[in-house]
Amino acid sequence: MSRFSDTPRRRLMDALWPWLCAASVALSLLMLAALLALLVVRGLGHFWPATLEEITLRSGDSVAGQPTREAPLPQADGFERLYFTANRDIDGASWRWVNLDDIASRSTPSDLIRLERNPWGDFIGRLAGVETGGQLLREDQAWRYLTQALALPQAERPDAELLLVTSDGQTLRQPLSNFSQALAPNAMSWWQKIHTWSRNVWQFLSQGPRAANTGGGVWPAIFGTVLMVILMSVIVTPFGVLAAIYLNEIAHQNRLTRLVRIGVRNLAGVPSIVYGVFGLGVFVYGIGGTLDSWFFSDTLPSPTFGTGGLLWASLTLALLTLPVVIVATEEGLARIPDAQREGAVALGATRLEMLVRIVLPMAIPAMLTGVILAVARAAGEVAPLMLVGVAKLAPQMPVDGEFPYLHLERKFMHLGYHLFDTAFHGEDVQAAIPLVYATALLLVLIVLVLNLTAIFLRHYFRRQRGSEC
Amino acid sequence: MLASLDSATASQAPVTHFSSEHCALSIDQFNLTYAGKSALRDLTLSVPRHRVTAFIGPSGCGKSTLLRAINRLHDLNESVAHSGHIQLEGQDIYAPQMNVTELRRRVGMVFQTPNPFPMSIYENVAFGLRLQHRLPKRQRDDIIEWALTSAALWDEVKDRLHRSAWQLSGGQQQRLVIARTLAVQPDVLLLDEPASALDPISTLKIEELIRNLKSQLTLVLVTHNMQQAARVSDYTAFLHNGELVEYGPTDQVFTNPRLQRTENYITGRMT
Repeated sequence: MSRFSDTPRRRLMDALWPWLCAASVALSLLMLAALLALLVVRGLGHFWPATLEEITLRSGDSVAGQPTREAPLPQADGFERLYFTANRDIDGASWRWVNLDDIASRSTPSDLIRLERNPWGDFIGRLAGVETGGQLLREDQAWRYLTQALALPQAERPDAELLLVTSDGQTLRQPLSNFSQALAPNAMSWWQKIHTWSRNVWQFLSQGPRAANTGGGVWPAIFGTVLMVILMSVIVTPFGVLAAIYLNEIAHQNRLTRLVRIGVRNLAGVPSIVYGVFGLGVFVYGIGGTLDSWFFSDTLPSPTFGTGGLLWASLTLALLTLPVVIVATEEGLARIPDAQREGAVALGATRLEMLVRIVLPMAIPAMLTGVILAVARAAGEVAPLMLVGVAKLAPQMPVDGEFPYLHLERKFMHLGYHLFDTAFHGEDVQAAIPLVYATALLLVLIVLVLNLTAIFLRHYFRRQRGSEC
Repeated sequence: MLASLDSATASQAPVTHFSSEHCALSIDQFNLTYAGKSALRDLTLSVPRHRVTAFIGPSGCGKSTLLRAINRLHDLNESVAHSGHIQLEGQDIYAPQMNVTELRRRVGMVFQTPNPFPMSIYENVAFGLRLQHRLPKRQRDDIIEWALTSAALWDEVKDRLHRSAWQLSGGQQQRLVIARTLAVQPDVLLLDEPASALDPISTLKIEELIRNLKSQLTLVLVTHNMQQAARVSDYTAFLHNGELVEYGPTDQVFTNPRLQRTENYITGRMT
């Protein structure tokens, strides 16, 4: 009996294993695609002016709202549908579950409108008229007047009162100054809907949050995230590069160096919240507290640097990502052939000249790889930030026109924390869900843009070194 | 022909000596240990000026180690220790007052694998110049043209001086490295198996270049290739196990070696 008798089985295994590998790749891609698709559909769908429905129940009641989703009834057979009915001031709630069996008829009348207002959230119903200067406008005239008035800046809008009727016939009278946007989605063309959608997206990106982070935009959070990541990169890159140069070019390669190297690599595995605790203890209370007692003693006990802020958050994240930069740079330095170093030294270069003119330029792509990894890690990190400076709602932006323009001691907003806060600390959970998706999508996009910038830079330096001098 | 050399041949002295005005490098009782292990033992030899001297010997015999000692490249490695003297034009290169970077400028080195820097051809040649002193651009351009011409590369690269040096062929890269070294006007050029990574035609070009450069400077060539040593060099030193076995005019070493060991190596009976 030959020991090679199992050839068919070996051949089968050989044919199968590439498929196993390919399946793993396919699964990863599928999950990534599903994640992005979910974020895009749910996140961007939120800004679409959805069709409003008016339903008549078997009991004779009439309800107007935006259908959101369906779910099986908790106890009985059948389904119920969730409507966003708005009108919190009248009904006491903005959402209503309706049993599908209770619905007698559904329609989408074109005169249903949706008004954005503050306080009380949105209104869904009909416009009965507009009263301005003792004159009562009705129907199309009233609608035209309303849209024109809302197109003006807040300060220039005329005094007027809106007469509103809900779907079940209740009337309301409210001043125009409460309202910020008027939509009649059922009467809009596709082009108008796209226009409204892009305007909503733009407002989400460019405005500050409203109504305890359940509405409005996320501009301060975008700004805070990007500024913090940039500051972090500026701090971590020189430190990491210098440390890597010491480890690879200067230190004697002995047991201690190896130990340090292992230590650095393991630092990358420390849970991020631990860095947060370190940042709070050392940066905020230690260094920040000392700075306050030296330079800002007149404002004590209210702290200046002795509380979480942009600087401490950036420093904490720089510490968190330092191992990544060191390891990547060191690997890049180790890849540079000794022939290059010897060539420079043999021409009469000192060690510093050799490093600065030959070794470092060749290691720039590796350094940028380190920065890319650091940015990817730092931009998504939330846990340590909650300890060292992120705020639910920062009263001031960290950059403004007031000297010294960049305020490192201020608290800032961060998309990751904003997402967490919107999802779990809002009052209106149903309204928060689409915002959570939109914020998550934005966070992913920002990390992507930051990474692409670094990748582009790396590509540029590689080209400069290689084919095009 | 050198008078001192004739007498050395006539008397069959174990070591070839040159009078000080003909001697570029003199190595005296030089020992070198690498991590405690002896790599060079009691080497004494002198290298004549404006001649090509070849170091031959089996792998690990110490010929490259000796070459690197002349350029003090071993300084980069702490586990290397040495004793004895190497004199360049009468100056001890290991003396404390010796300026190492100036020494390395005066003693150029070309390595086995071409190692052009990741920059343009022009910048490669300008590298050593920029380290020394600021030159007006026109003067620098002149030196670069001269160096590339001396290295027999000018005609091939004059139209693409600002393209990457890494786009050149292996032979061109090696000549570029030689040009780079020539640009700082060294007294001695050390070549560590400069053609071993090249094709036969590039090798011939390098050999021709070595012969032509004799008029400008002193060359020391380490090679594994017997024919190359015979074709190019004026003097040949045979090293074995870190010791100098035989040293003399190339003709004599190759046609009429004094020692059986040398003959065995040259004829390929010893590896």
